[in-house]
This record gives sequence, C-alpha cells and structure tokens, in this order.
Amino acid sequence: MVELMNKTNKQETANIKTPSQIVGESTKSVERNSVFNTKNFNLWYGDHHALKDINLDIRENEVTAIIGPSGCGKSTYIKALNRMVELVPIVKTNGEINYRGRNILEASYEVEELRTRVGMVFQKPNPFPKSIYDNIAYGPRIHGIKNKKVLDEIVEKSLRGAAIWDEVKDRLNQNAYGLSGGQQQRICIARCLAIEPDVILMDEPTSALDPISTLKVEELVQELKDNYSIIIVTHNMQQAARISDKTAFFLNGEVVEFDHTDKIFSTPKDQRTEDYISGRFG
Amino acid sequence: MKYIDDTVVMKRMKSRLKYNSIWKMIFLIATTLALLTLVILLVRIVTQGSGYLNWDFFNNFGSRFPEKAGIKAALIGSVLLMLIIAPVSMILGVGTAIYLEEYAKKNKFTSFIQMNISNLAGVPSIVFGLLGLTIFVRMLVLGKSLLAAGFTMSLLILPVIIVASQEAIRAVPKEQREASYGMGATKWQTITRVVLPAAIPGILTGSILALSRAVGETAPLVVLGIPVILQFLPDGLLSQFTTLPLQIYDWAKRPQEAFQYVASAGIIVLMILLVIMNSIAIFIRNKFQKRY
Repeated sequence: MVELMNKTNKQETANIKTPSQIVGESTKSVERNSVFNTKNFNLWYGDHHALKDINLDIRENEVTAIIGPSGCGKSTYIKALNRMVELVPIVKTNGEINYRGRNILEASYEVEELRTRVGMVFQKPNPFPKSIYDNIAYGPRIHGIKNKKVLDEIVEKSLRGAAIWDEVKDRLNQNAYGLSGGQQQRICIARCLAIEPDVILMDEPTSALDPISTLKVEELVQELKDNYSIIIVTHNMQQAARISDKTAFFLNGEVVEFDHTDKIFSTPKDQRTEDYISGRFG
Repeated sequence: MKYIDDTVVMKRMKSRLKYNSIWKMIFLIATTLALLTLVILLVRIVTQGSGYLNWDFFNNFGSRFPEKAGIKAALIGSVLLMLIIAPVSMILGVGTAIYLEEYAKKNKFTSFIQMNISNLAGVPSIVFGLLGLTIFVRMLVLGKSLLAAGFTMSLLILPVIIVASQEAIRAVPKEQREASYGMGATKWQTITRVVLPAAIPGILTGSILALSRAVGETAPLVVLGIPVILQFLPDGLLSQFTTLPLQIYDWAKRPQEAFQYVASAGIIVLMILLVIMNSIAIFIRNKFQKRY
C-alpha cells in the first residue's frame, strides 16, 4: 500500500531528478556537522508574527533549499541567518540561531564578523556601479587587504570559482553594469566567494534570470557545495528538486516539513507539503 | 452589448482634440511669457551695463563718480564669503543628512526634526539675518565681519543642502547597501565606499545651487549691517567686507542716472558668476550621475 502511494507520487515528480537520487542512497547515511542550528526561533515585524517556532538543523557541504508560497517567511528566515533582517527597524526576535555552536542573536555577536563567514547572494543582481575588478575586490578590501598581488589572485580565484572568469578576464576594468543579468548575478556570487565565506545564503538568486542563466547558476551551486554550505530560497520547486540535498517547506511562518529532498518530493509526510509540491496551491 | 458607442465617440472626438490643442497653447503662452520677461531683462541690462564693463570697473573701489566706480571690493568680498559658506554649510549639511538617513532611528522625534528642516528651507532670509545678528554679531562678538556673515549665510542654506543631500542619499538603492553589509562591511565603510560615491553628484548639485542662492542674497546682510560700499579689501576673517548684491543695491538707489548703468554692469558680473556656478552643477550632475 505504501509502495503504491510512493509510486503515484513519484509519477508526479517523475521528470525531476534530485542529486541524491543520482548519487544513490549512500549519501543519506553520512551525518555532517551542523552549520546553522535554529531552535525555537520566532520573529515579528511589528505585530506580525512572521516566523513561528522555527527548528531547523542545517548541515555543512549540503545544499539546503527553502521552498514555500509567497509570504511564508522563507526570505525572512534566510535573512535572519546573517542578521540582514535587522535592517528593517521594527523586527523583534527570540529563540536561538546557533552558527557553528554559537548563538548569533546574542548581543555580543558582531554582525560584521558573522557576515564575513556567511555570505549572501540576493534576489536581484546587485553589483556596485564599479569595475568588475573593484566589485570582486570590495570584500577583501573592506577586510583590510591592500596588496595588489593578493587582490589580483583573489579576484581571479573568485571569478573562476563562479565560472565567469573566461567571460570577463579581458575586461576586468569595465563597469559591471555592462554585463547581462545572468553574468551580473555570477559576478555577485564571485564577489561573495571573495570574502571566503563558510556558508552562502542565496535568496531566490535566479528569479530575475532567463532559463540559460538560471541553468548556469544552478550548475555553479552544484560545484560550490563541495567547499561551501549553501542555503537557497526558491519559489521554483523544480529548482529545489534539481539542486538541493535537503528541502524545508515553509508555510505561514512555520516549517511544515524538513527532510531529504527526494523524500520531500516523493513521500512527503504532511498533506500540506504534498498539496504544495503537486501544485494544488501556492 | 457594447458599452462604447462608436457614433458618440466620433462626435466627441472633435471637441477632445480641440481641448487638447487649447491646453497646449496655454502652456506655450506661459512658457513664452516667462522667457520673454527674461530676454527683455537681459537685453536691458546688457545694453545699459556693457559700456561700463572694462578693466577699471573690476579694479576700482566704490566712488562718488559713476565713471570711477568699480566692483573690486564687492567681487572679492562675494568670493571670500563663498569660500566660508561652502565648507561650513556642506560639512554640516551633508553630515546631518548622513546622520538622518543612515544612523537615526525612524521615530516621531526624527520625523519632527525632519519636518522642521523642511520648514526652515522656507523661512524668509531676513529672519536668518536677525538670527545671525543676535548670535554671531552680538553674542559671539564677531561684528559685521566675513565670518559672521558666512555663518549666517551657511545657516540660511543649510536646510536646502540637508534636504538635497538626503534625497541624493535616499536615491542610492537599498540593494547596494545590502550588498555591502552582506559582505561584513561596517556602516562607515558602506557609507564611504558605496553610498557617498553614488550620492555625491546629487549632493554637489544641490549644494552648488544653494550656494548660488547665498551669493545672490541681500536681505540677511542688510540686517547684519554689512556696509554697502568699501574702499579696502578684507584682510582677515574678522574684517569688514561687502558683496556684489549689496553693491548693486547701493548703486541702483542712487539719484544720478549714470549709476543705473553702473548697477547694470554689476548685475552682469553677478549673473556671470551665477551662470558659472550653475553650469558647474549641471556639469557634475551629467558627468557623474550613475544609473542603476
């Protein structure tokens, strides 16, 4: 009986292959270190209770996708992980978000320190109106690196890491605004890599991109997960299924379900998850 | 069933088009009237004043005789005044704008301050003159000096500079700041490396326009008791001085007809100065403006 249900669900997501399906079952048994351990985390925008009792344990060197309908709090959650959400003045939080064992919500945790370890790629490509080189060198420079040779090396390494070196190596001094939207987004990823982060947060990084650029960014995410832990918010379920190892489904500010991506998409435990991934709402 | 009846549409078409062209005419007349007034004014001033524009006019001090009257003290006084106003008003104005936009919490108190700054921009300049007279001339005993006048004029244009700078800072997209904060930059690094470079064109344009208003201003200086005519150049910050608008005002109210022409010559000089300043503002805006 259970098998039968699995089959029907699998048919609905038949054209979606998840990485763990490709690699096989063996990856599941590996328990990696925890990067972000969220415990009973609540967040309010003024009177609006935007995140309710979030409990999530995000592991290193995995791609964790956060999916859910608009307004479910997925962007708010990812922005809480590097405390970017504090830029909104009326935000109040309680609970714990432990990054590598230390609670980032403690007053003594400097956001600048956190954000050099936890980089972020935004929804809309947001390069600075500077040259490509200066864009990438921005992060290292604010952290005090002045040596031109070191900067040159960081720029090349970061651009290679973001798979855009070959496209821009001859025009590093040109304004980043001259690039296409997809290239700009990869420049932003390279800029994020330049601060040598531990975790990369991606807030719907492909929502403003065309399908080909989207594919390139998705491939890039796959390559990056060997060296970084990636948390990606997406409204595109196929994307989550394609690139993530684990998926968290958010609804109305709560985590409905958090599990391996293939389980979420084949045998969701919660009816709401099943309704959402099969396109019945959202 | 159709809601839009073709015959009615066609019947109304003519009157709609007529109204369209009538309004166009009204706007055209408004523009022409303004331009015409400007042209008449310019022609009158240039024809009256150009005869007096020569080297002696720039090199002479004021005089009882129109042919000997010159603008030297006033021109130098105006330039020196500008050199005091520019740094004082820009440092205070841009600093205030940065604080209000980037640091201050958005609460009732800051919005109250905000409202007052906007209102101050509309306060008549003579009121600032009275303020300057009380505080700088009398309380701080600076006398009728360059410094007292410079501070007064800085206060006068400060609200304009603050509002213009705030708008320039606010126009820097939120995403740019987020990108910088997202890499662990401090507020100060974000302001100096991202916000200000993008906002500088707007800040400078607003500041230069405000400065040119200060250069053309007379009323506060009259209240401060700045002399309208001087036979020497200022030799320090606490020295007496005069300015172009004051000098022109003095010439224009003299009974001899020839002084009207001298006044026109002075107006030409003042206008050239203002046109140069406004051109610089436009140049900066066009050259450094960044689009996102």
